[in-house]
Amino acid sequence: MASYTPTATIDDPTTSAGANGGSPPAWIDGGDDFDSRPLDARLRRARLGLLVGVVGIVMIFVSFTSAYVVRQGLPTFDSRTNSMVHDWIPVRLPRLLLVNTLVLLLSSFTIELARRRAARDAALADVASVQEGSIGGDEKVSWLALTVVLGLLFLTGQGLAWRELAASGFYISATPSSSFVFLLTGMHGAHLLGGVIALLIAGAASLLRRSAQSQVIWLDVTGWYWHFMAILWVYILALLEFVR
Amino acid sequence: MAGGAGGGKTIMATREFAAHEAHAHAAPQGFIRKWVFSLDHKVIGLQYYFLALTAVLVGMFLSLLMRIHLIWPNITLPLLGDIKPETYLTLVTMHGTIMVFFVLTTAPQGGFGNYFLPIQIGAADMAFPVLNMLSFWVTALAFVVMLGAFFVTGGAPLHGWTGYPPLSAVQSAGPGEGPGADLWIISIALFCIGALMSALNFITTTLDMRTKGMSMMRMPLTCWAWFITAILGLLAFGVLFSAGILLLLDRNAGTSFYVPLTVFSGQVVAHKGGSPLLWQHLFWFFGHPEVYIAILPAMGLCSQLVSVFSRKPIFGYKAMVYAMLSIGLLGFMVWGHHMFMSGMSPYSAFAFSIMTMAIGVPSAIKTFNWLGTLWGGRIRFASPMLFAIGFVSLFVSGGISGPFLAQPTLDIPLHDTAFVTGHFHLIMGVASIFGIFAATYYWFPKMFGRMMNESLARWHFWLTFVGTYCIFMPMHYAGMAGQPRRYSQFTELHYLEKLIPLNTFITFSAFVTIAAQLIFVFNLFWSMKAGKKASDNPWEATTLEWTTATPPPHDNFGGHPPIVYNGPYEYGVPGAPQDFVMQTDPRTVAAH
Repeated sequence: MASYTPTATIDDPTTSAGANGGSPPAWIDGGDDFDSRPLDARLRRARLGLLVGVVGIVMIFVSFTSAYVVRQGLPTFDSRTNSMVHDWIPVRLPRLLLVNTLVLLLSSFTIELARRRAARDAALADVASVQEGSIGGDEKVSWLALTVVLGLLFLTGQGLAWRELAASGFYISATPSSSFVFLLTGMHGAHLLGGVIALLIAGAASLLRRSAQSQVIWLDVTGWYWHFMAILWVYILALLEFVR
Repeated sequence: MAGGAGGGKTIMATREFAAHEAHAHAAPQGFIRKWVFSLDHKVIGLQYYFLALTAVLVGMFLSLLMRIHLIWPNITLPLLGDIKPETYLTLVTMHGTIMVFFVLTTAPQGGFGNYFLPIQIGAADMAFPVLNMLSFWVTALAFVVMLGAFFVTGGAPLHGWTGYPPLSAVQSAGPGEGPGADLWIISIALFCIGALMSALNFITTTLDMRTKGMSMMRMPLTCWAWFITAILGLLAFGVLFSAGILLLLDRNAGTSFYVPLTVFSGQVVAHKGGSPLLWQHLFWFFGHPEVYIAILPAMGLCSQLVSVFSRKPIFGYKAMVYAMLSIGLLGFMVWGHHMFMSGMSPYSAFAFSIMTMAIGVPSAIKTFNWLGTLWGGRIRFASPMLFAIGFVSLFVSGGISGPFLAQPTLDIPLHDTAFVTGHFHLIMGVASIFGIFAATYYWFPKMFGRMMNESLARWHFWLTFVGTYCIFMPMHYAGMAGQPRRYSQFTELHYLEKLIPLNTFITFSAFVTIAAQLIFVFNLFWSMKAGKKASDNPWEATTLEWTTATPPPHDNFGGHPPIVYNGPYEYGVPGAPQDFVMQTDPRTVAAH
């Protein structure tokens, strides 16, 4: 049974019984130290949000993967022979996909440069004195722009690979295996396009009158998302190449 | 948000900057920014709530048409004309879809979760307000697209809320399976996107925005329920989204993910080799957690209310948390029990059956803890409490038929009968709806600054409580007597003739119950204008939303985020000046 002690002893709410929920957010003006930088807190929150979002996207591709693997082993009724047959025809992936992979990995490298530069500049600059949109100067913008170009190049390359596949008879509805190739590459492409748009927004940050902090955070999160897209692509390529 | 008191100029500046950044938006001025494209979680919560209210009225109207048609299959309705068999299936489909997605998923989580999660953990807003706004508008768009299915050529789809292929995957399979079915899938996909964004926001907010002293184990059980629901949503809606994409491709790109070699109306379809079971697996991997997405918030709320209105701490706080977590976890391992009819291996069926019955354990823990909380309490039978107790009752009555259906040998004869309709309406439908009602009566004073009329609330409760039992209990009997689900007409079937009086009784009960809901709608809007003014803490509850003004200011706490010292259920503490100790009361409450 609980008992109530009507004294004025105030225990530290962060360490008293039951306080196992991690440290309180730094922005609260409830007497915590003001040296903790709000940027850190915001960055942590944005990264946590991204991580959660990535889990959601992973679930989409987990379900595609399970459908892919199950469909491979599934026999189909053939009306001509009146029997169950295996109709899975492995797709020969276009060589171009390897080039695309290199382009995407390179873009992951360039976005990392952009992200680190922005983070370093933010760390060096006194938050209060930074003018809006001035972090990093032109150099960062160029890494960003390069990433956008590489991203678009990758998407174009994927489009060309689609054309090559279709020309060789593996169009989307041709065989179950080709359906999955188009599905997986298409869904990845759609998610990467989201990343390209996020990068364009990062590039247009000064036009959008974002604060310097928001810009750093946006670029940071987009950068991690971009890396996730690169890893996801390598996974998809490996799945299509080795599990067929 | 104003900066805190004291401190030098630099500190003030940092603090205001931090506060501004944390809140991410200032109080809006114009009507559009304030009420339409609002970033304020409270407004977004209300938007979700009223979206759900609109949806529930539509869904209820469709169920009314079904009930009328079942007992008077040959009458012509004014304006609507005859209800043909395919129209009946359309009603089944749209009633189910609208109720499951736009009511049971939308109101408890999107509505009340949005409004009260940040306040109950002492935050100024959700973690990502813009994303929050987008979640709502994508969901609203999904609802418009869903309703649009009624107005396209061929009308709304008839494949049921579960959308089983090949019926749902072939355009020529039925009158509603053309553009109507496409709109249905697009709407579901949009809903998934909205739900995923919302889940992201809920999880981040719960983990990262709790105020000082608000440890996870000091969160009200409502917050735990919303948090766990968000995790379920995050893991489940992506899978439904994938399933929907595959279905859309089958319908429009000629792929054969789901469609086997099939003959429809004498025509061989242009697909082969697909597996309808693939859809069932993906759908129910989402679909079973969805049941918990609908009911977990109601469980959390019920725990809250039972404690508040019994003036006792909740019995077994930690057990409640772990029970919810294990219900969530087990919920992902039981999807196969929806597919006993699919010809699955008896070994798989056995495994799914055991896992399903295992859910009875945490469910029983919760039920006994609710009863344990009520036991010996000084119970205040206010309207929120009536609905909370009603929820416990419905949860038991609806849940007890779960272990029946969890056994393949019993499920196979019962599966396509009204027994299942009765079961899931009691536990998933009505129980969750009682959660929504309880939440409305409980939080209305905080949301609108006025009390709802208590007499009307009592009328509403008793008519609804008795009414829903009169509707859904006889369905169990009808099902055992062999009345099939989804049949538009059964009165001509000789072996079911004896069930006509029972069905007439169900339909008339539905009339009364639906009429009772008009009392609620009237009470809701009338009380907004003319209800008695509410104090800041009319229920004498301890959680953070009752420490702030009514209705809460833009940043929830008027620039003074609360500091939490106590657990959420400190009622009847010996030696305390009142019978409740606020979470923000700094005087020590010794741990139990």
